[in-house]
Amino acid sequence: MLADRDRIFTNLYGYQSWQLDAARMRGDWDDTRALLARGPDAIIQDIKDSGLRGRGGAGFPTGMKWSFMPKESRDGRPSFLVINADESEPGSCKDREIIRHDPHKLIEGALVAGFAMRARAAYIYIRGEYIREAQVLAAAVAEAYAAGLLGKNACGSGYDYDVFVHRGAGAYICGEETAMLESLEGKKGQPRLKPPFPAGAGLYGCPTTVNNVESIAVAPTILRRGAAWFASFGRDNNKGTKLFQISGHVEKPCVVEEAMSIPFSELIEKHCGGIRGGRDNLLCVIPGGSSVPLVPAADIWDAPMDFDGLKAVGSGLGTAAVIVMDKSTDVVEAIARLSHFYMHESCGQCTPCREGTGWMYRVMERLRLGDAEVQEIDMLQQLTKQVEGHTICALGDAAAWPIQGLIRHFRPELERRIAQNVREAAE
Amino acid sequence: MADRHLEPDTQELRARWGGFAFTPEWEAKARAEIAKYPDGRQRSAVMALLDIAQRQVGEETATQGWLPIPVMEYVARYLDMPVIRVVEVASFYTMYNLVPVGRFHVQVCRTTPCWLRGSDDILKACKAKGMKKGEVSADGLWTLTEVECMGNCASAPMFQINDDNYEDLTAESAARILDELAAGGTPKTGTQLSGRHTVETLGGPTNLTAMVDANHDYRGEW
Repeated sequence: MLADRDRIFTNLYGYQSWQLDAARMRGDWDDTRALLARGPDAIIQDIKDSGLRGRGGAGFPTGMKWSFMPKESRDGRPSFLVINADESEPGSCKDREIIRHDPHKLIEGALVAGFAMRARAAYIYIRGEYIREAQVLAAAVAEAYAAGLLGKNACGSGYDYDVFVHRGAGAYICGEETAMLESLEGKKGQPRLKPPFPAGAGLYGCPTTVNNVESIAVAPTILRRGAAWFASFGRDNNKGTKLFQISGHVEKPCVVEEAMSIPFSELIEKHCGGIRGGRDNLLCVIPGGSSVPLVPAADIWDAPMDFDGLKAVGSGLGTAAVIVMDKSTDVVEAIARLSHFYMHESCGQCTPCREGTGWMYRVMERLRLGDAEVQEIDMLQQLTKQVEGHTICALGDAAAWPIQGLIRHFRPELERRIAQNVREAAE
Repeated sequence: MADRHLEPDTQELRARWGGFAFTPEWEAKARAEIAKYPDGRQRSAVMALLDIAQRQVGEETATQGWLPIPVMEYVARYLDMPVIRVVEVASFYTMYNLVPVGRFHVQVCRTTPCWLRGSDDILKACKAKGMKKGEVSADGLWTLTEVECMGNCASAPMFQINDDNYEDLTAESAARILDELAAGGTPKTGTQLSGRHTVETLGGPTNLTAMVDANHDYRGEW
């Protein structure tokens, strides 16, 4: 188990105050000026060396992302950092804990990261439903300004830097980076075509980098303790510590920071009191939030919880939101509810997604009841393939994958329901 | 989102809301929001201003608040943008109420992580109080909505009522919270389990135990 001294989010559970004085006692904002004095290139190199991959789901190397930003503005356009706190992926509840219990880690990270990419300001886009959390974050930002940590000559570094909190209003799609930029500009959150990529033309047409809350909040600690420290956890290509969120049918759901690549079994048994009803009662697991395919019990038990380990079992780490289902679960309804989610959250811009998500949900509902023909299972599979990869953003893919996972692993269950329904109708 | 519609634009609606303007308190908040964005980019504040307007309407009607068309027109004038762009935003984001709601807007999370932990029971407990989905109850107290994932998955099931979350619910604790609210009380927010603080393992955290009683500084152990 990860030692407490190696945990970054020491106030994860909120036993202590989130406020500046308490955060400083825990080590936040400790001589941030010296961190900045290392210079932008050295900071980016450290983040690259640490092996940190984006914590929002896609896992893109964070240091490399920062290095895409222009080193100087040739035409006077400023650069922006946008921090994605629109945590809405079903199963994900980690950024909320950072924001309400350790907001100064995020705000200090916003300064360090923004400085490294030569940004003028950061906008933190927090989902609208996090109402109390946004209040804490706004108060923490105000504290940082009052203490001279942000604003003109931030931390006495000679660098002028602002951090603003922007609240969403209930749209999952705004977690997609270009939809987030649209939303920040005061429009409907509908994703943009790429290219141009945000690093070239993002917020207000200016160079912009969008990073997840966790990716930004870990940066100051990585710089303080060194890239080698962070890289000492996890397997190659999967470095660092990570917030895992375990929900569903475990004895004791929780959020916990652990080393990457921790085996699923260890995560569940050490922190969650095991599977409800014991290991033999495990049916399947969605290991990375609703957008990744489910994994049956036999394949997940020993799998290392990291990007490559979960890819090897046909799924993905995503946001490390682990949704556990025991054998009492109606697995078809579990996935049908996710289909309903994607239908509800489709922004309506691309036809395959707007029409396809509703279609997929309706077929899923009939399959749940067995009110379908056997060949409709293949038809649904084909339908998911016609949505996947045919839309501007990844919401279409995300809607398709849970269903593909269900068909891959639970086809006999779908066929059983159809047969049972036919039998009952005959009687 | 296809099930969302605007309240019809009638003479009565105009008579009631045509003169809407921010009170000085809400206007100060609106100005602070606009100041977050570069000059000429005041449109970025439309989401915040719609929220502020909805909250002011809520104050005036003793409900969570909603957005009549004349109020959206006011926001459009305030930000110097076309009304249709404001209506687009208001209708796109689900937290803007397009029709009147009750004093308490009960939003029960229905997505898989909450459902696995018993969200059906929570919905039933709400319906047992006379709530119907998408309707304002006869006494004007409740509006019930089923919503998608609220990001409280490790303390599921949950509902959000106006600005507060109630987590780790059971049918009994949900009913008790509703009763307390109806009686004018302020029930405990967050987890409803005794022995749980936030999202740590129930019965005491498996890690960071030194943080429970003191603001421990781990740097000495680095």
